[in-house]
Amino acid sequence: MEEKRKPGIPEQLPGISKRKKMKRRIKTPLAQASILFGAAIAVIGIVRNPYYVGIIVFLGINLIITSGLSLLMGYAGQISLGQAAFYGLGAYATGILTTRFGLPVILSLPASILFTAGVAFLVGKPTLRLRGHYLAMATLGLGEIVHIIFTELIPLTGGPSGFGNIPLITLFGMELDSDIKYAVFVWAIFAFVLYLCLNIIHSRIGRALKSIHKEEQTASSLGVNTARLKLSIFVLSAGFASLAGFLYAHYITFLSPGSFSLNFSVLLVTMVAIGGMENIWGAVIGTTVLTVLPEYLRFFKDFDILIYGFILITIMILRPEGLYGIKIPVGRKRANG
Amino acid sequence: MQLGVQLLQYTLSGITIGSIYAMVAIGFNIIYNATGIINFAQGEFVMLGGMLAVYLHNTLHIPLGLAGPCAALTVMCVGLLFERFAIYPLKTPSVITLIIITIAASILFKGGAMFIWGKDSFILPSFSGDTPINLLGATILPQSLWVLGTLIVIFSALMGFYKFTIVGKAVKACSYNRRAAKIVGINVDRMVLLSFGLSALIGGTAGVIVTPITLVSYDRGSLLALKGFGTAVFGGLGNMGGAVAGGLIIGLLESYSAGLLSSGYKDAVALVILLLVLFFRPGGIFARREEHLLKAY
Repeated sequence: MEEKRKPGIPEQLPGISKRKKMKRRIKTPLAQASILFGAAIAVIGIVRNPYYVGIIVFLGINLIITSGLSLLMGYAGQISLGQAAFYGLGAYATGILTTRFGLPVILSLPASILFTAGVAFLVGKPTLRLRGHYLAMATLGLGEIVHIIFTELIPLTGGPSGFGNIPLITLFGMELDSDIKYAVFVWAIFAFVLYLCLNIIHSRIGRALKSIHKEEQTASSLGVNTARLKLSIFVLSAGFASLAGFLYAHYITFLSPGSFSLNFSVLLVTMVAIGGMENIWGAVIGTTVLTVLPEYLRFFKDFDILIYGFILITIMILRPEGLYGIKIPVGRKRANG
Repeated sequence: MQLGVQLLQYTLSGITIGSIYAMVAIGFNIIYNATGIINFAQGEFVMLGGMLAVYLHNTLHIPLGLAGPCAALTVMCVGLLFERFAIYPLKTPSVITLIIITIAASILFKGGAMFIWGKDSFILPSFSGDTPINLLGATILPQSLWVLGTLIVIFSALMGFYKFTIVGKAVKACSYNRRAAKIVGINVDRMVLLSFGLSALIGGTAGVIVTPITLVSYDRGSLLALKGFGTAVFGGLGNMGGAVAGGLIIGLLESYSAGLLSSGYKDAVALVILLLVLFFRPGGIFARREEHLLKAY
């Protein structure tokens, strides 16, 4: 919305209504992130049931990954099919560092994120220089390689059966041992990640990214360093995925390669695409739908994959911009006031 | 001497796997040339070919000589329908949308196969018996010869098609420049449809031929597609001869590393090669320096 404001018109028009002022205030990244966090706390408080709170924890973890992926897909116009690998690298890095080397959690967090970001940098640096979608292929290959390493490097990763006993997180002397505590923790982190993403989107970098997505050559001729920007966003999204992996490892306290397969990477892309790539809130919607929906699709059991495929292809053909922003009568009424 | 025989054995099995990768890579290249799309559902064509052949032969008891071609042709129809219903209706799709659509299609094919045939692995009987042929102390299965032969037939037929038929030339023209092809009166939409059909046909054939050796199950496609894709990139995307050479090289490397180093990591070989080629020679190993500069990567 902000880009549309014409230059020369003062921010505060004399006749602006209080309502509009309020609306503008709600639109700041900090306000949006805190509102979401508040809503999550409220939902956790109402739900209470550990099973459902567990789903909320996973929703928060997935959202951390998909908000990074949404920046990459919607704003930088690149696709990564290796997010599950970065997620897995974060989880395995912290798991191995804390159990095998006895590193405290507070140190394993930056270590695992830096490690994953380093891997992403090495993969992204050469491929993002190229035009086209070489990143998709490189990350696809990387994802499979990482999965093979998890399965084969038995002394370190425990192989196909995995390893456990990953310590819980202790925060200010309080061990996060219940689902509710952990849910609040995860959502606080997600709120921070979202705040970060929204700030990036609304900044000069965000506008530069959008210009890359629309018209890369024009953007680059206007002085946008396209390769570097795409690389930074890719590394950032890998860092978010790694952070999510860290949260996963210290919540489940057990890791095995099955959770970090290509299927999960594809599911993450599906979440972003279904909600709408053009807007980060689309990713939030898509992730919520695809994390909560399977709980209701239990009776389909193994065939959920068929349903995902069907939903995805239908949305891509009929509405490639995703679910976000579909005009339903109720929404329009509210928008008109 | 013992090592020599062993090496020969690895070479033979490497050529067999390599031929399969080459066929998958050719499938990738056909669609890439016509549309610029990387078809992530290519591996599923192979899987469908194998599954359908198993269904026709083992369940409906149709003789193998008929079941194989029927399965391959059915996969071709699947490819045609896929293009008509999923690719054609898009007005001005972005590359990212196209990637997601082919991914969705692969999920759909995989899910459909699981829905119909379950999660078990199936096998077809070999086309001409299971008696291994002795070759200087190493052995080769007759089915391996079938695989290699099919690759040779497909490759030469394809080359002939591109070189000597008017339709083949039109497809080639589309791959050079779609807009120019349209201007000289080539029906580009039809060529795209044809490419999808052809690519699915080759994928399906590969699936039928290879099932007696590697078995088939609903999730067999993804890894095969990945390696086939690595092969295609290795030989240069769109380069048919490169795909065949690349397939054989990758197959050999994979076979040697499985035999001499560790079998657990053999699946990683093709993928590491894929990454290295993308990093250092994105035009493929056969591209000349000028080509690197000319092509817009």
